Amino acid sequence: MSVLLVETVGPATSVQDVGRTGAQRYGLTTSGAMDRVSLAVANALVGQPSGAAAIEIGPLGASFRASRGAVRLSLSGADRAASCGGRAAWINESAFLAQDETLVVSAARSGVFSYLGIAGGIEGEAIYGSLSVSVRAGLGSPYPRPLRPGDELTVGTAAADAPLTRFKPQPIESGPIRVVLGPQDDALTPEAVALFLTTEWRVSPRSDRMGYRLEGPKLLHAHGYNIVSDGTVPGSIQVPGNGQPLALLADRGTTGGYPKIATIISADLPRFAQMRAGGRVRFVVIPIEDAQQEARRFAAMLAEIPGRVETLRTFSHRRAERGQTATILRDSRVNAKEWENRPAD
Amino acid sequence: MKHPTPRLLHCGDRALVIEFGDSIDPALNDRVLTLDQLVAGERIAGVSETVPTYRSLLVHYDPTIVGHAELGAKLLALALVEGVPVPPGRHWRVPVIYGGEFGIDLQAVAERHNMTTQEVIARHSGGNYRVYMLGFLPGYTYLGGLDPALATPRRQDPRLETPAGSVGIGGVQAGIQCIAAPSGWHLLGRTPVRTYHPHRRPIFLIEPGDHVTFLPLPASEWEALDRAAERGEVVAELIEG
Repeated sequence: MSVLLVETVGPATSVQDVGRTGAQRYGLTTSGAMDRVSLAVANALVGQPSGAAAIEIGPLGASFRASRGAVRLSLSGADRAASCGGRAAWINESAFLAQDETLVVSAARSGVFSYLGIAGGIEGEAIYGSLSVSVRAGLGSPYPRPLRPGDELTVGTAAADAPLTRFKPQPIESGPIRVVLGPQDDALTPEAVALFLTTEWRVSPRSDRMGYRLEGPKLLHAHGYNIVSDGTVPGSIQVPGNGQPLALLADRGTTGGYPKIATIISADLPRFAQMRAGGRVRFVVIPIEDAQQEARRFAAMLAEIPGRVETLRTFSHRRAERGQTATILRDSRVNAKEWENRPAD
Repeated sequence: MKHPTPRLLHCGDRALVIEFGDSIDPALNDRVLTLDQLVAGERIAGVSETVPTYRSLLVHYDPTIVGHAELGAKLLALALVEGVPVPPGRHWRVPVIYGGEFGIDLQAVAERHNMTTQEVIARHSGGNYRVYMLGFLPGYTYLGGLDPALATPRRQDPRLETPAGSVGIGGVQAGIQCIAAPSGWHLLGRTPVRTYHPHRRPIFLIEPGDHVTFLPLPASEWEALDRAAERGEVVAELIEG
């Protein structure tokens, strides 16, 4: 195994996989990657299963050094600049980090979360099948908390002749975030429901992995803002007493005592999770039948990701150690247009 | 009752809610736990897990395996099955150190209700509580059966951090909080019992539908019990029968 050392890191950077299920009845939330699509892409690029653990990198920059052995890694999600051992590295591609080389990723230019996929995976002790960090529950492996400088992750060693890969993402969908009404839309006035759907909401800076607060006009409750607690899902949009919606996400509480006006459809959660503080968002209601159609389309899209990864070239450790990697990568980057049109080999 | 027949509600495209009512009522909760048991027994393809609460059952499912209409019809039919015995649940005796640094609100609660602290302890520990649900945070145990004379509205200003093991009251509810968290409840004491301990098996001790009574202990017992609990011992007593 190799060791990846965290050299510098910003907030909200932690090991996340597809999350844990089976204990929500005991109050243990799922956690897991905020953007499942980007997690799947990062994993597919390095030959990992779609839901395997990766490093979820928050909006600021970070750097990681291969302090023992070589590491093959990949980056997906939020757009940002990156370099690998001093060579330019690219979103939606894999790269090779020789021993003692450092991967540097800068702050996100758009979006919030990036995923660092690692060939051979991250070693850790799964609880309810997951390594995902949940700060409140004291869970996550190898560290039950966000990463700090000096942390060491035992990871897969890059295989000799490991292929370099890339993934051509489909255009990002735009338009309003789709929701299904309820389960407690009747706890708000009809005017409040209409207002919810016609308002352009602002994502509050007081947002985190637990949920995104939305700022806009005050939504009024029909008869008080407390309900007897019931279950929540990722995407539940609660309306607490202040009338400002709160969209619950990966680290939400499993139950809550505020009415839920609507629920973001599962297919739109990754896009919503990549919205930055200050960003504007609108919601549109779709029927449950359409939401389920979208869920099936989404599942098919996730399943197709590994098959859409292209191999760029095969690569040997020795060549990397002789320092020839840089030349190969530089040559292939001379002209971005030429690069885009170049057939995968 | 506001909804004499259960309501089927969508919680997005991956969960359905069967809502039996909107109040805290043992009869409602019995129906929730009965349905929970029936759903578990049916092993319905596509259902991944369920979350019972006071008055509703949330069913997480995979819409690529089962559609909402088919699953909803099945759940509603199960909710209307009659004559199913309610799962009996187990009975736990949970040790508590009351007052002082362990229960910083005991004195204030006693003053509010014109009682001595001893009377509050006697009334709180004398109750036979029903576990309505676990939720919000891992191992957070919502209990019904508080002596109405102790009912105390939640604090106007919730505390940003309250300690793990806090045993408190909020309105007519009582609770055991397993991990440090914000809370607007009044803290009467602390228990060394870990209702949630990720490095113990089982990770969670108490199930919805179980019963709880409290055993007051002197503060001198805290350290040994807390250490034992941290090592993975249960330290709560399971009462037979």
